[in-house]
Amino acid sequence: MTSHAQVNAPVNAIEAHHIVKRFDGETAVDGIDLTIKKGSIFGILGPNGAGKTTTLRMLLGIIDPDEGERFLLGSPDPISKAHQVGYLPEERGLYQSMKAYDAIAFMGALRGLPLAEGRKRGRKMMEDHGLGDAVDKQIRQLSKGMAQTVQLLGTIVHQPDLIILDEPFSGLDALNQGKLERLIRGQADRGVTVIFSTHVIAHAERLCEEIAIVANGKIPFTGKVSTARDRLRPQVHLETRNLDGAWRSAIPADCEPLGHNWHFTLPESGVEPLLRALIEGDAGIQSLSIERPGLHDAFVHIAGEAVAKKMEEDLAADAGLQGEAA
Amino acid sequence: MIETIRAAFVIARRDFAAIIFSKSFFFFLLGPLFPLIIGIAAGGLGQQVRQDIDRPVIGVALDERQSAKLVDARAALAKNLGNNAIPELLLLTDVNPTDPDIGARLDTEAKPLTAIISGSLEAPMLTGSEQDVKRWRGKVALLSETALSGSDPVAVKTDFVAATGSSKKRTQIATAQGGQIILILLTMILAGMVLSNLVEEKTNKIIEILAAAIPMDAIFLGKLFAMLGMALVGITVWSSLGFIGVSVISAGMPNLPAPAIGWPLFCVLMVLYFSMAYLLLGSLFLGIGAMATTVREVQTLSMPVTMGQLLVFFLAALTVTKLGEPLEWFAVVFPFSSPFAMIARAAQMDNIWQHGLALIWQAIFTLIIIRFSVMLFRRNVMKSGNSARKKSLLARIRG
Repeated sequence: MTSHAQVNAPVNAIEAHHIVKRFDGETAVDGIDLTIKKGSIFGILGPNGAGKTTTLRMLLGIIDPDEGERFLLGSPDPISKAHQVGYLPEERGLYQSMKAYDAIAFMGALRGLPLAEGRKRGRKMMEDHGLGDAVDKQIRQLSKGMAQTVQLLGTIVHQPDLIILDEPFSGLDALNQGKLERLIRGQADRGVTVIFSTHVIAHAERLCEEIAIVANGKIPFTGKVSTARDRLRPQVHLETRNLDGAWRSAIPADCEPLGHNWHFTLPESGVEPLLRALIEGDAGIQSLSIERPGLHDAFVHIAGEAVAKKMEEDLAADAGLQGEAA
Repeated sequence: MIETIRAAFVIARRDFAAIIFSKSFFFFLLGPLFPLIIGIAAGGLGQQVRQDIDRPVIGVALDERQSAKLVDARAALAKNLGNNAIPELLLLTDVNPTDPDIGARLDTEAKPLTAIISGSLEAPMLTGSEQDVKRWRGKVALLSETALSGSDPVAVKTDFVAATGSSKKRTQIATAQGGQIILILLTMILAGMVLSNLVEEKTNKIIEILAAAIPMDAIFLGKLFAMLGMALVGITVWSSLGFIGVSVISAGMPNLPAPAIGWPLFCVLMVLYFSMAYLLLGSLFLGIGAMATTVREVQTLSMPVTMGQLLVFFLAALTVTKLGEPLEWFAVVFPFSSPFAMIARAAQMDNIWQHGLALIWQAIFTLIIIRFSVMLFRRNVMKSGNSARKKSLLARIRG
């Protein structure tokens, strides 16, 4: 039997209809439409300044859109759903004089978790994440990585249904990035919807079922990662003993060999006709690989070269910052 | 509403604990000691200087017999009028009472003289600067009269009553003024602290976490009540120490004249009106301070705010003796001066209902200011305008 609550429960964690935000006359978000289903890991992908954070802030109700409407867990007033939401902002912040477990409890208390319960959970979570020694330390006494972990634990201490993370991998070393990925997967396994923004395609590719690509305040693509990748045909890398023969008609006419290597887009006829032509035409196959395009290729194709280049620059800047921090 | 109150409580509890358990709170509690010590020291020094300036010495250049009479007359008058009310006399035995150049002695005596009495008691001549002569002419005449009559002033029998209409009025006005001064001092010292309240959140980037989790009104309310709680703790400590100090020094509480509504209710209203004055100014400061991004900006903002506070105080102080007049009514109704004007009423009028109304009015206005501050904060700091809704409203107005 389906309960009344189940009937009325919204299917989507997020719905945004043509939301627009302008700052001092400049359009930061330009008519975005977005639907994110419950229970998925959703990535918002784009370079810095594309409008990711502004979009998330509007979805969370921190700021109001100038135009359009958004629904968070079915409500047009996102703050009213705050108890069911966890949010990690891009600019991390904690009260420096607070003890670590207390900071986690405080963040839980903000979202309706009783303080005593929050303290209990805070201690337990810190121990589970290998920070048992830091439980009673003040935030100012923790390393940057530890403080970030504390804030992340504070984001999930009240066991939210929806977690929104703004650039969560930013500033983390490889080890902590791995830990965070496991934590995100763990939350998703519990049925929690996780939405995160990133300018690192690899994270989105590894973690997300669905993504939205944000560029210049718009969303040129939203959907499954596989759908994005399917927008490009697979790439064929072929090495042949022979350079000529009847089999040449099976590969694109404009494809020129580099020595005995051929690189071309898989013809629309598919793999089987190509293979048959190569074998029957005695191409003398030395090696053959057919690669499905990565999300990076799809991103370049969808967002454009300029946006992709900007994102690579952001990534390089991140790496530089991490190097300095190290 | 319940959620806003719950969230405000979370913020208030965090802020209150952070303040109370910080080392700086100890110095905050010690704070009033410094102006008190400086005040006492400065007051003592000032009094000494004033005494030195205001205790004039008048030279007496009369014959020996009349000089003695004048000294006796001074002693007799000093008994009734007080020693400080009558100038000191210095007998100038080597001066001729009829010397026409007697003024020259004013600068040659070892002890500086304010003036010199010469001639005779029947026709005394007072020589000195115009200002001093005008000031002491009457006293010299009184001294001469008393010396000539040769008798002590008539003894006045006394009979004390508890209070008269005029003394009661006077003491109530004094209580009203005292109440206002205490209120404004506490409000000025404590409410100003709210100015820098949101700077920590902004520099620590916590504001984003707070704004995403709870209504902005709750953040403002929580911060305001945390600071009020801290202020009330401070006031409790200071007043307790003050009572103990006064009790020890004067061996029991002094018998102060009672305000119109009685001391217990007056004390309760003092706390309530302080709270309201604090909340009113605090909410305004919080809104203004929320716009600042650095402590320096907060300091810059403090000056006009302090001047505004003083203006409000002057308005309320001016109306203490004008109960029921339009200006006093304005001070009662104008939210920022209302607590001060109302405490003056509590000292002089015994009806209580008006205080209930005033407190409700002040509370409503506090909420209005908080709402307005939140709106400004969201628009200017969080960059969350709502131009779309504004436009549609305008469009609707235009039809």
